Amino acid sequence: MGLTVYLGMLHAAERTLAESWRLVADGHAAEADLHHLGHLLGDRADARVARLAPLTERYGERYDDEPERLEAEGLGSLREGPLGLLRDLQDLYLLASFVAMTWDLVGQAAQATRDREALDAVAYARPQVRNQMGFLRTRLEQAAPQALAG
Amino acid sequence: MTDQDDRIRDPWGPRTPHAAGTAWPERVDQHLRDGVRAEDVQRWVRSACVLCSNGCGLDIGVIDDEIVGVRGRADDRVNRGRLGPKGLYGWKATDRDRLTKPLLRDDDGHLVEVDHDTAMRAVVERSRSLLERRGGLSHGFYTSGQLMAEEYYTLGVIGKAGLGTPHMDGNTRLCTATAAASMKESFGADGQPGSYDDIEHCDALFLFGHNVAETQTVLWARMLDRLDGPDPPALVCVDPRRTEVARRATVHLPVRPGTNVALVNGLTRALIHRGAVDHDWVRAHTIGHDELAAVVEPYDPARVGEICGIDPADLQAAADLFADARAPLSTVLQGFYQSHQATAAAVGVNNLHLLRGMIGRPGAGVLQMNGQPTAQNNRECGADGDLPGFRNWDNEAHVDELAELWDVDPITIPHWSPPTHAMQLFRYAEQGSINFLWIAGTNPAVSMPDLGRIRKILSSEDVFVVVSDAYPTETTALADVVFPAALWGERTGTFTNADRTVHLSEQAVDPPGEARSDLDLWLDYARRMDFRTRSGRPLPWWRTPEEAFTEWVRASRGRPCDQSALTYELLRHHSGIQWPVTEEAPTGTARLYTDAVFTTDTDRCETYGHDLLTGATVTREQHRALRADGRALLKAVEHTPPPGSPDTDFPLRLITGRTVQHFHTRTKTGRVPELERSAPRAWVELSADDAGRIGVVAGDAVRVSSPRGCIEAPVRITEVRPGTVFVPFHYGEQAANELTLTAWDPVSKQPQLKLTGVRVDPVTTPAGTSTAQQEAAWD
Repeated sequence: MGLTVYLGMLHAAERTLAESWRLVADGHAAEADLHHLGHLLGDRADARVARLAPLTERYGERYDDEPERLEAEGLGSLREGPLGLLRDLQDLYLLASFVAMTWDLVGQAAQATRDREALDAVAYARPQVRNQMGFLRTRLEQAAPQALAG
Repeated sequence: MTDQDDRIRDPWGPRTPHAAGTAWPERVDQHLRDGVRAEDVQRWVRSACVLCSNGCGLDIGVIDDEIVGVRGRADDRVNRGRLGPKGLYGWKATDRDRLTKPLLRDDDGHLVEVDHDTAMRAVVERSRSLLERRGGLSHGFYTSGQLMAEEYYTLGVIGKAGLGTPHMDGNTRLCTATAAASMKESFGADGQPGSYDDIEHCDALFLFGHNVAETQTVLWARMLDRLDGPDPPALVCVDPRRTEVARRATVHLPVRPGTNVALVNGLTRALIHRGAVDHDWVRAHTIGHDELAAVVEPYDPARVGEICGIDPADLQAAADLFADARAPLSTVLQGFYQSHQATAAAVGVNNLHLLRGMIGRPGAGVLQMNGQPTAQNNRECGADGDLPGFRNWDNEAHVDELAELWDVDPITIPHWSPPTHAMQLFRYAEQGSINFLWIAGTNPAVSMPDLGRIRKILSSEDVFVVVSDAYPTETTALADVVFPAALWGERTGTFTNADRTVHLSEQAVDPPGEARSDLDLWLDYARRMDFRTRSGRPLPWWRTPEEAFTEWVRASRGRPCDQSALTYELLRHHSGIQWPVTEEAPTGTARLYTDAVFTTDTDRCETYGHDLLTGATVTREQHRALRADGRALLKAVEHTPPPGSPDTDFPLRLITGRTVQHFHTRTKTGRVPELERSAPRAWVELSADDAGRIGVVAGDAVRVSSPRGCIEAPVRITEVRPGTVFVPFHYGEQAANELTLTAWDPVSKQPQLKLTGVRVDPVTTPAGTSTAQQEAAWD
């Protein structure tokens, strides 16, 4: 069942997202809003991983042996300065959108399998992930003029 | 007339109790210079007080071009003649320690006196060269809550249409940004729903983080006159300190700092579970009820009691009082605004009223308070993080209206994101992308969080700092150019208080030396910069305060803060008029939303809204899809643990706040003998429990430390909540903001000044005696 592959992808991507938020929170701590919010959003990603656990237990999770073309990699290390911040946040946005789409597709599968527990988990996760994408977009749009044209 | 010394011994003055629904009686307070009698005064000049957000109407007494005293205006709707200690004595600061000559930093780094032309030429030269090399984004303006509507509007036009910079904010960000944000989120636009008159009509008063007895003494006098009357309202006080308000309260909820959202969620849940929701009204006039109910459901009294550190029975009692009230009035201030999840907590108060349909009727209303006398003007005129007339930066049609008003290309008006908030503005200066910073009438070197960092920014070689102020301050000391500014009473203009009351304050005397109004300074700057409209007219084209006012009210036409029928002439005949003032409402408007139609139409609203947890903006399309169409928005989020939480190294929680004698950083009140004598220096309030554990008694000196700095001051033992430390923030030499952390609310961007983890240690001299014992005068 392909769902096991998607559960594996989602689990890995959410863990990466949590780590990346914390990396940004501490690495860009001089941006005070990111420092506090980054830790909060990292914790939220952890909480979503916890909501995945019963599903991965029931379905199992499997890592695809297809070649990875676009991988949801974490930030690994941080860039510096206003431009670096912009690029780090944009990377986070890519990662968050990967996570969001993966939840969406797991949700589609949950509907098809009439899996209420999975639907509940998706209902819990989707608004959160959408919100953090909204936040990143807001923050990126606010920072871009000064970083790129200031 | 009441005894002149009353207001130091008794800040609220004699009682004039009265029954519900009857007019608040007059009581005229007056204070004149020693030896001057009322009949000696040559001229009484119409004005209002600028030393808190109440805006009490008064007349300034003048003899031979000198201010000799003040008298409250009996016909003024705000104070009916009363004045508080700051209003009564504050005018005495106008002739002390004034800056009278412009200063320019010379090549050796010293500030030296120069003439106005030399100082302004240096400013314009730097501004021009930066504008050519780096564009408008290199410029930032940080203003005050003390300037007048004419000044804010003029600066807004210069910044947005002349320079084209979004970097403009006021210190109102520190005091009132959350009031505006919460009203925008709930009602679609800024604008105080309620009126002070509601105090006469309410049967329950809820004060959320609002120590009104010290912050707005005349407003508290108004409440006391109801509390001492024949049918007093119930009073609920949310405050970690046992304040005067708490002492009079029916229910006092001494919440743990940083837990306000848990509290309002608990109150909301209790209302829902009691069946107190007016479902017909909610269905007709709000959206979001079911989502709200789901968010607050986990906040049962036991859980809220645990999070907030209060007795669950008290929470229930407070909720019952709200549920049973026929006309509940709520006020909200810094205990919510400068704390964790500020906007969400303030919105929670709006929700309580919306759920019961208790808004827009006499007695039933919300007062999201302001900290400063002219904060409302900074918000409505667009010199802070807003566009003039409560226009929406994200609405192209609103930006086009401004471009039309100003006769400029819409593309010159920055509107790609909200105007830059104060904390971000200083961050850009820190990073070196803002190189020109003009600070008017405010003292960020004492009032901003984490002062070490702020001083570093202001002293940086990379930032050209222009400061206008009436007095030498901690901030003027760091400036490159200092302009001496005209004070209240030395210039003409209008300002608007916390309940939308506009007052005209006329010039009573000339400013000293070369001091000028900020309006004149900015107009002079703009002329020399040669900003022009599309048709080649100088921008701004006005010259006098009255011309600026006429332009401002023209810009307000059709918007929620419409003042298009307001004139200086009208304000000379009515002491205080509440906007909107239009052809349909020529004498003003007591309450907003009397028809329960809110400003949430997509094309009309000031904001499309935000996610309260992260501050993510709601897009135009998302807002349109909500189909709010005049219905208020019910919004809620879960409580999250506050940042800077106490830990083993810093086990106590610092809250900062105000004292009745002083305003802001004491630049004025510190120069008034009566006020300064009664509160000359900072102190540290501890509970008896904490003092015992630390091993100090009242009067002992203690050191309060946080990861960012430390201050020393003597101890007062008070009934503050155990685990909580209180320090007044007014004092530059023992500045509470040496300790505070840099963090802000995600929606209002208001700094969180009441959430710092600190430790407190005794200070002893080598001889083993405390410094306080050696200085007996301290207590």
